Amino acid sequence: MTAALSRRVFLAGSAATAGSLSLGFHLPSATAAPAATPEINAWVVVRPDETVVIRIARSEMGQGTLTGLAQLVAEELGCDWSRVTTEYPTPGQNLARNRAWGDFSTGGSRGIRESYAAVRQGGAAARTMLVQAAAAQWGVPPAECRVENGVISHPASGRSTSFGRVAPAAAALAPPKEVALKDPKDWTIAGKPLLRLDTAQKLDGSQVYGIDLTLPGMLNAAIRDCPVQGGTVKSFDAAAVSGMPGVRKVVQVGDSGVAVVADTFWRAKTAVEALPIVWDEGPNATVSSETIAATLREGLDAEEAFVGNKAGDVEAALKGAARIVEATYSYPFQNHATLEPMNATARWTPERCEVWTPTQNGEAALAAAAEASGLSARACEVYKIHLGGGFGRRGATHDWVRQAVLIARELPGTPVKLIWTREEDMTHGRYHPVTQCRMRAGLDKDGNLTALRMRISGQSILAAIVPGRLAPDGKDPVTFQGLNPGGPEAAIGYTIPNLLIDHAMRNPHVIPGFWRGVNTNPNAIYLESFMDEVAHAAGQDPLAFRRKLMAKHPKHLAVLDAVAERIGWETKPPAGVHRGLAQIMGFGSYVAAAAEVSVSEDGTVKIHRIVAATDPGIAVNPQQIDAQIAGSFVYGLSAALYGECTVKDGRIEQTNFDSYPVMRLDEMPAVETILMPSGGFIGGVGEPTIAVAAPAVLNAVFAATGKRVRQIPLKHTDLRRA
Amino acid sequence: MIRLNVNGSVHEVEAEPDTPLLWVIREQVGLTGTKYGCGIAQCGACTVHLDGQAVRACSLPVSAVEAGQKIVTIEGLSPDRSHPVQRAWAELDVPQCGFCQSGMIMAAAALLRQTPKPSEAEIRREVTNICRCGTYNRVLAGITLAAERGEAGRG
Repeated sequence: MTAALSRRVFLAGSAATAGSLSLGFHLPSATAAPAATPEINAWVVVRPDETVVIRIARSEMGQGTLTGLAQLVAEELGCDWSRVTTEYPTPGQNLARNRAWGDFSTGGSRGIRESYAAVRQGGAAARTMLVQAAAAQWGVPPAECRVENGVISHPASGRSTSFGRVAPAAAALAPPKEVALKDPKDWTIAGKPLLRLDTAQKLDGSQVYGIDLTLPGMLNAAIRDCPVQGGTVKSFDAAAVSGMPGVRKVVQVGDSGVAVVADTFWRAKTAVEALPIVWDEGPNATVSSETIAATLREGLDAEEAFVGNKAGDVEAALKGAARIVEATYSYPFQNHATLEPMNATARWTPERCEVWTPTQNGEAALAAAAEASGLSARACEVYKIHLGGGFGRRGATHDWVRQAVLIARELPGTPVKLIWTREEDMTHGRYHPVTQCRMRAGLDKDGNLTALRMRISGQSILAAIVPGRLAPDGKDPVTFQGLNPGGPEAAIGYTIPNLLIDHAMRNPHVIPGFWRGVNTNPNAIYLESFMDEVAHAAGQDPLAFRRKLMAKHPKHLAVLDAVAERIGWETKPPAGVHRGLAQIMGFGSYVAAAAEVSVSEDGTVKIHRIVAATDPGIAVNPQQIDAQIAGSFVYGLSAALYGECTVKDGRIEQTNFDSYPVMRLDEMPAVETILMPSGGFIGGVGEPTIAVAAPAVLNAVFAATGKRVRQIPLKHTDLRRA
Repeated sequence: MIRLNVNGSVHEVEAEPDTPLLWVIREQVGLTGTKYGCGIAQCGACTVHLDGQAVRACSLPVSAVEAGQKIVTIEGLSPDRSHPVQRAWAELDVPQCGFCQSGMIMAAAALLRQTPKPSEAEIRREVTNICRCGTYNRVLAGITLAAERGEAGRG
């Protein structure tokens, strides 16, 4: 790599760093950067003042990935943690450098685990080069040198130097072909409960989110897209609002949207809401939650379905069973409701298109920008801005980026910031897919589970938004998260001699997306609630009933046992308090939860206590994992208690947090986390626990009331005492 | 022309009288630490102090603010992140994405100014801001820590 390329990459990288964004943007010239700071490799830059800049390819959206990845690089590098800072390389740089940073995608709880090898190798390679440079200056073998806190020493001769001093020489060396990585048991930076690197700027308002971005000469846009997915704009009366304060332009956005561009967002929003628009709502305008539910109900009995997991002969076993237990469950559409609504700033000229946006996948955002701009990807650039929440909404589809670029094309050379109102965000989501599930179990005369038949009917995320990832026969493997026969990602934790799990795909027009936890959420509710039902039907303790099926699944069992022990499953709960359990494997990790709840006479559920156990194999930052697990209960229980988007006349009915309530501090239970990394693998931690939050609580609600919640959210079940 | 006292400085801004204080603070005054989350006083991301009281700026027309009233935003809570709530937040690593935290910190600071030693029940009742990442238990611990230190009557 040439020094010139390194330098350019470094400068552009600085400009794209969220924390220094405004400075970097306004001073993108060579004079703004420290003199000639070459990178050691794609992951590491050492400045003359000993600051170590660690490049982070994945997006930080609150989950702590930025700090965790920096810990892994720093661990292998052997630098002084207090001198570490971070920056995002841009998707354009990744493209130009043959994907030197690999995948930018930050979803599926993959941010750390799929970077695990590459970033440690990057840190180790940089350390090797720094040592080699020092050793060459001293004329000693590199193997005789030691590295600690950014200081390289040669004990035999008593010499020492620093990373900053040898960095220019190290940068000129060829990278090592092979590097040895540390054993996690020897870690001193990774694996430790370090504080995050990005907290200070979140305490005084200085953190720049996409919605906060200001560029010279920037205008603001507000949009209304057709409330019915698939509908189009028939006409609009721009003249009715063009004289309103601050309005500069009214533009149609693709087939389905109209935006007002004004000097301020408030004026753009005021005008777009006053704008008369006539829609052609298209063929979906008659769809409702009821019609969708009817379609899914039909799928419960359909002949054809994709098989996800099969063992033995389930139909024969059910015929021969001493007793059959059957139940039907359902899971609704849910909005991600990131607290920062969708937004992007775009500047377009006939030669170049730039986009500044909070995104979970910079490369996908670049692809969306290129497509909308009419330019090649190499003529486009995306600057990732810190996200005010992601949860899956800002990853797979970049509908808002497309809109921002289309608007900017109408004002060449002028940066335009598009912000969605909360109402636009609520009604134009990429919703948690809607499914129903029929469960049927066969018990023998001794109450042993001999057969389990699970039919999922409903929506496929892949079919709607990434059809290229469907199996050749059209199957959506993501549907079966947590139910797979085996594998390192999301295997079922029970051995059932006769088993059939299949999926009748039914795709309503409401576009689904990857919603934190994805299909482990409904699947854990279906499976773990029903296990509870079957255990009760068999007259057995729900823990003991599960344990009999888990002998061949020791990691699933270990987390379940851990929560049972901590909650005191074998002891009597306090008066009026009842307990529930659940476990699942998802995103490469094993998780379980136990809940203590009480239900008052009027049916009000109070969650007193949660115990959660996680085996992620390797834990990179235990205190951040604790934060992810506690947060998972807010997300998962908000969904279980309240989360529902309903459809009427083809459109989503909920428009804001008054009609789409979420959990707040007054309802938040204490969460005790048990982190039990067993080593030998690395799983994700941002999502798996979401899935066990709901079934653990719902099983406890059953224990308290004798009422089984089979329709999510819980608000549909009348829990008042008769 | 509207005169506003924000963080001790007087700003003269041009805005329609029904413009919410939030958007005047963000777009005319240029302080973006105060966030837009819902626009209907549900989420609290826009919380600022008006004469020491927590208010949701998204639902307060700028014309309802008198020139003599003192507005404090997250940028003005302390000069150096030294407010007891900010210090507790840093120690406990409270924020995740951080988008709600300006409002959360301002709500917490206003609560402690009014009630320096709140009970857990009072904290749960009074801090009604939405956090989608789910930092609530650390928010609770942070307010408790700041209150224990007993110097949070300021701000």
